[in-house]
Amino acid sequence: MELILALAIGLLAGCGVWLLLRPRTFQVIIGLTLIGYAVNLFIFSIGGLRTGADPVLRDGLTDMAHYTDPLPQALVLTAIVIGFATTALFLVVLLASRGLTGNDHVDGKDGSP
Amino acid sequence: MSAHLVIAPLLIPLAVAALQLLAGTRRRRLASALSLASCVSLLLVAARLMWMVAGPGAGSRTFVYAIGDWPARFAIVLVADRLSVLMLLLTAVLALAVTPYALGRWQYRGARFQPLMQLLLLGLNGAFLTGDLFNLFVFFEVLLAASYGLALHGSGARRTSAGLHYIVINLAASMLFLLGVSLIFGVTGTLNMAELARRIPTLPNHTRNLLHGGAALLGLAFLVKTAVWPLGFWLPRTYSAATPPVAAMFSIMTKLGIYVLLRLGLLLFGAGAGPASAHFGSDWLLVAGMITLVVGAVGLLGARELGKLAGYCVLISSGTLLGAIALQQPAVTAGALAYLVISVLGIATLFLLTGLIVPHDEPEGIEQLEPYDPVGDALYADEDESRVVEPAPLVILGICFLGCALLLSGLPPMAGFLAKFALLAPMPGAGTGATVLFALILVAGVCSIIALCRAGIRIFWDDTEEWVFPRVRPRETASVVVLLAISLVLAFTAAHPWQYLQATARQVHAPSHYIQAVLPQAAEARP
Repeated sequence: MELILALAIGLLAGCGVWLLLRPRTFQVIIGLTLIGYAVNLFIFSIGGLRTGADPVLRDGLTDMAHYTDPLPQALVLTAIVIGFATTALFLVVLLASRGLTGNDHVDGKDGSP
Repeated sequence: MSAHLVIAPLLIPLAVAALQLLAGTRRRRLASALSLASCVSLLLVAARLMWMVAGPGAGSRTFVYAIGDWPARFAIVLVADRLSVLMLLLTAVLALAVTPYALGRWQYRGARFQPLMQLLLLGLNGAFLTGDLFNLFVFFEVLLAASYGLALHGSGARRTSAGLHYIVINLAASMLFLLGVSLIFGVTGTLNMAELARRIPTLPNHTRNLLHGGAALLGLAFLVKTAVWPLGFWLPRTYSAATPPVAAMFSIMTKLGIYVLLRLGLLLFGAGAGPASAHFGSDWLLVAGMITLVVGAVGLLGARELGKLAGYCVLISSGTLLGAIALQQPAVTAGALAYLVISVLGIATLFLLTGLIVPHDEPEGIEQLEPYDPVGDALYADEDESRVVEPAPLVILGICFLGCALLLSGLPPMAGFLAKFALLAPMPGAGTGATVLFALILVAGVCSIIALCRAGIRIFWDDTEEWVFPRVRPRETASVVVLLAISLVLAFTAAHPWQYLQATARQVHAPSHYIQAVLPQAAEARP
């Protein structure tokens, strides 16, 4: 499970970085989204991977090995919300830039004729 | 009551922004009054907090506010010590100077200027006060989201394109921030800064590299905000494209990165962090600061447009401060704090002046960038046209520009001279790095004198170039004059502020105070 998750994070981050360096604004936003997914998965995995473990303490069970750390889940929730909001905001700016400059190059001027 | 004062710098702008949004875009007088009330009360709160942490009899107290009354380590705390209160006061002074400036005509160049400005203040104050790493991220995002809106205020092709770059690089930096925070959390199991400082010396060696990796990623995120070379190419473009009041307010945002690097660098990787982690990254910061200083000086010499000139002044000040805090010596840090305060005031003044001096033949001059909002224009005409002062704008603006140039290049009689002297005086003899930095700061000072002189000659004396001085608007000029007057007064009453800054530097360099204040029950574990 660890290997699959690590590969998935690496693949997402790699694709994201490549797209981020592309000249079209649409590619940039997809790249940022992919990096966002990679980072969120990374935060999620930082508490250790465990299936079926309870994040909330219950009476009767005392062995901490049966619990999963709830804090990374709270962090990732915050990160998802903030990432979603900023991506939406960036989308608006992207459209405004497209409307004002007439093309979707990140510098606002298209190199090709 | 006074215990709850620590959270007031967050609640005031939040409440005011919410009220302004509820009031809608029609009730402009109400919104303006709310903004001014918020800025004045922020200033009063910051002054009161400063009195509480450093007033007579207070010694050096640190106030910790547990949000929801949960103890530190389990929940987020706000920490008001000398350094954060200093930054709060600086933010409040700047906001109080910039807000009246923007109330005249600039706020009508786009929608919802005032709530965005209040949210920016919320983010800034929160980032200065918080004692939790992830909460710092949240306040950074609040601040950045507001700054995206403000950077684009006024619209226009150039502004949108510069804003696009600004948003992309900051979103990418936020991802680095998150990676760094989660790595540090994975290694240490805590996000509370004081608890982190307590745990780092006892970390097992095999996890220390991961911690350093996380800290380096975190540092990169702050270095992007500070616009260090090679991560700072966005800054001159974005700042010169933003409307003048927005750019003036942004001048404290780069200093937020400096603040965090200073705070975390000394708290987590100070002398007490154990031999493997002490002074981690400070060599890199020193070199990066020096290169930024050189790039800023070269850019300053090459800049023609006044906004770009101010942008490169920001780079110079970032480079100077980074190099100075990387030396990690209390005497240099005290000078760096003085320089920080003065450079924020000076750069903000220069950005405010760019709004009053517009080049005539500029292809994309500020006036052409603005699609006028007809409603707003009519309104501003009603308000301001009668009070316009026609004669002698050249003299007033010339004197303001002169004061600003003296302040930025560190010449007497402005406080910039004292700040630079305080910064430079302890440097010779503090090692090779400090000596090189000393020389570079002096060279950059000469470059800024040359560049600012040339700009002044071109604007005020050269008849072959036409510059338009739209009108000396009383309210806008008043903001510039007030900022300059503060710097002048600081130069002549420097004794008390300087004592405060020295005590601040001592306090920042002794993190045990901070840890003791946040975690009183756990402090004895650390010598």
